[in-house]
Amino acid sequence: MENQTIEVVLSECAAFKGLAPSSLKYLADCASRLSFAPDAFIFREGEKANRFYLIEEGMVSLELSVAGRGVMTIQTLKKGDLLGWSWFDAPYQWHFDAKALEPTRAIAFDAAAIRARCEEDHAFGYEILKRFVHVMAERLQAARLQLLDVYKPHTL
Amino acid sequence: MNKAPDGISILAGHESAGDAMTPNPYRIRRVAKDTHDTFTIEIEPANGFQNPSYHPGQFNMLYVFGTGEIPISISGDPGESDRFSHTTRVAGTVTRALHNLKRGEMLGVRGPFGSHWPIEQARGKDVVLVAGGIGLAPLRPALLQLICERDRYRQIVLLYGARTPQDILYLKDLEKWKTRYGIDVYITVDRSTKDWRGHVGVVTTLLSGAPFDSSQAMAFVCGPEIMMRFTVMALLKRGMPSEKIFLSLERNMKCAVGFCGHCQYGPAFICKDGPVFSYERIAWLFSKREI
Repeated sequence: MENQTIEVVLSECAAFKGLAPSSLKYLADCASRLSFAPDAFIFREGEKANRFYLIEEGMVSLELSVAGRGVMTIQTLKKGDLLGWSWFDAPYQWHFDAKALEPTRAIAFDAAAIRARCEEDHAFGYEILKRFVHVMAERLQAARLQLLDVYKPHTL
Repeated sequence: MNKAPDGISILAGHESAGDAMTPNPYRIRRVAKDTHDTFTIEIEPANGFQNPSYHPGQFNMLYVFGTGEIPISISGDPGESDRFSHTTRVAGTVTRALHNLKRGEMLGVRGPFGSHWPIEQARGKDVVLVAGGIGLAPLRPALLQLICERDRYRQIVLLYGARTPQDILYLKDLEKWKTRYGIDVYITVDRSTKDWRGHVGVVTTLLSGAPFDSSQAMAFVCGPEIMMRFTVMALLKRGMPSEKIFLSLERNMKCAVGFCGHCQYGPAFICKDGPVFSYERIAWLFSKREI
């Protein structure tokens, strides 16, 4: 994956499957590769959400600091997962901390540029929106299941 | 179109209902604590009779004299033919009494009962085991048998979801399966703790990146029913055919041989037609509220 061009990686990843070549090219033009050492923060709660990421390697935790309980990990993301959707939702601020748990490589996208393109080209914007709604729906389902606490011992 | 189950086999392995209803005396070899609320009990036949063979996925009825009888899946190594192992959680009167038994004390055992994981059908294929919580226990014998015949299978993947890091069963085994036997073991917890550096999230989130070919694989799934429902959806979405997905179901059992009707599941009984069913067979029942 490391030696492949960003455009090739995007065309092969599930998250962007089916996007037109011109859209993939545009996304690739707005992207760069970044690496994070273990325990490095990719973004912090409250910061401007001016990027989103496709994880190429490693593992990332989404964390929230809870008074009296310390730092809670809400979820972890792995290779092939998209990280971040606050870039798509005003006021474009991160709601969680994202931290690399392992040596992590990711493709980082210029969110402001992609947002602007979405506004100008609604067909492109709709295709991007569909993909992020899919990710959000999957995470919402997972969060609901997590909330059910299905492994909690119960008495008959 | 899914069909209703057919083909009923009553009292397989037992000569008469009387045999199946009479507990055999067993002696406690060992009671070992697994986690803060789970334990494994190892038992052997007393009075010199031969321990019956069993298939991974089957269960026994364990009778604590003077307290009561409960069904518990067999969690031991099928290769250890002289004993049974059972892993359970301290959840009620009988499991508490079981937990309090000491080495050398006696209990009654009926079984083994029920259907089993179709391990032979998985030869030449990838095998995906998805376990939730204490659902890892009924899958452990299947995994041990797969390891024993490792060359006959392609990729073997274990996806295991636990409530918290403290609730992870068979920690040493998990490490051994991964490092010594080349099993792809992925563990996730629903609720993290400070020291946990692994995955956080429900077990279904592990399925997207797991290394198996859905068109050439079989899945064995065991855990709370709601977890199995979401796991089945995720497996189907990944392209696994419904007839290749097998689930272990649980209901309140009493007789274990299909007489009393306590564990009725539509037209089937969990005790004798299950506990292991192919998803194709029960899909039409699986999300019915009334069942």
